[in-house]
Amino acid sequence: MPERRAALDVAGPAAPPRKNGELVFTAPWESRTFGMTVALHQQGVFEWDEFRDCLIAEIARWERDRPETEWSYYARWQTALETLLARKGLCGGAELDAREHDLAARPAGHDHARR
Amino acid sequence: MSEHDHATPDRHALRAEALESLLRDKGLVQPEMIDAVVRHYEQDIGPMNGAKVVARAWTDPAYKQRLLQDGTAAIAELGFGGPQGEHIVVVENTAAVHNVVVCTLCSCYPWPVLGLPPSWYKSPAYRSRVVREPRAVLAEMGLTLPAEVEIRVWDSSSEVRYLVLPQRPAGTESLGEAELAACVTRDSMIGVGQPATTERRDPDA
Repeated sequence: MPERRAALDVAGPAAPPRKNGELVFTAPWESRTFGMTVALHQQGVFEWDEFRDCLIAEIARWERDRPETEWSYYARWQTALETLLARKGLCGGAELDAREHDLAARPAGHDHARR
Repeated sequence: MSEHDHATPDRHALRAEALESLLRDKGLVQPEMIDAVVRHYEQDIGPMNGAKVVARAWTDPAYKQRLLQDGTAAIAELGFGGPQGEHIVVVENTAAVHNVVVCTLCSCYPWPVLGLPPSWYKSPAYRSRVVREPRAVLAEMGLTLPAEVEIRVWDSSSEVRYLVLPQRPAGTESLGEAELAACVTRDSMIGVGQPATTERRDPDA
């Protein structure tokens, strides 16, 4: 997927935050999820502490249940954001499932992972 | 647990795309805003900001005093601030005390001066172990401290974000502020490393 490679180049060692460390995002969906959370907060959709509380709860839930999956910080972040938006009545799980289903049903050749 | 716990990376990508498109349709956030946020955090902010703060403190005693008294205000003097930087407390390393920062509950981190946290900072192992056995964790990360040095672990709360002011390395008396900033590593400002010496410093930093 050329788009994905391009995004990783942007997140490569030439950009300042990585110079002193490692990649900030390991996949495009992580940066999109981070970006939409911050943008929603900037729009006044929620207070940052509201999101933080959801993230803490989601991380604690994962650590308690220890699903047999590899730890993914941004997977927890993604679930926390969905939880908060559903709680606020802004985006329900059912409509998200439906949209995801629609996107998955696109004809081959449509790239799922934008950028 | 939800089915998403077992999702593949592609599933996460699809889910993120679905959420983004729904939010766009609802007029809650536009893709260009997301682009701008990501660009900002990938390109504009990062540990080089904190390095400038540390280098200024090393060369300007009055600034250092202000920095330790009111980190947020002193950091704003250099033009840095914003989300996750509303209340930054700077803790100073000395010959007797070494500070290290963690967020045990999630991943709070002073974005304006350090950018986004590295993955190990967010890992369950670091978050739980560095509080219980900081000396062992630091040693595993390559920082062995003398037994007489006290280690203080600072757990980020919902308001406070911590920045470690590392000790200025010996042998850097002749260096200017910009050269000193190049010695300041991200890890030294979290407290899991020391500044690079002049010989080892990254010339591009």
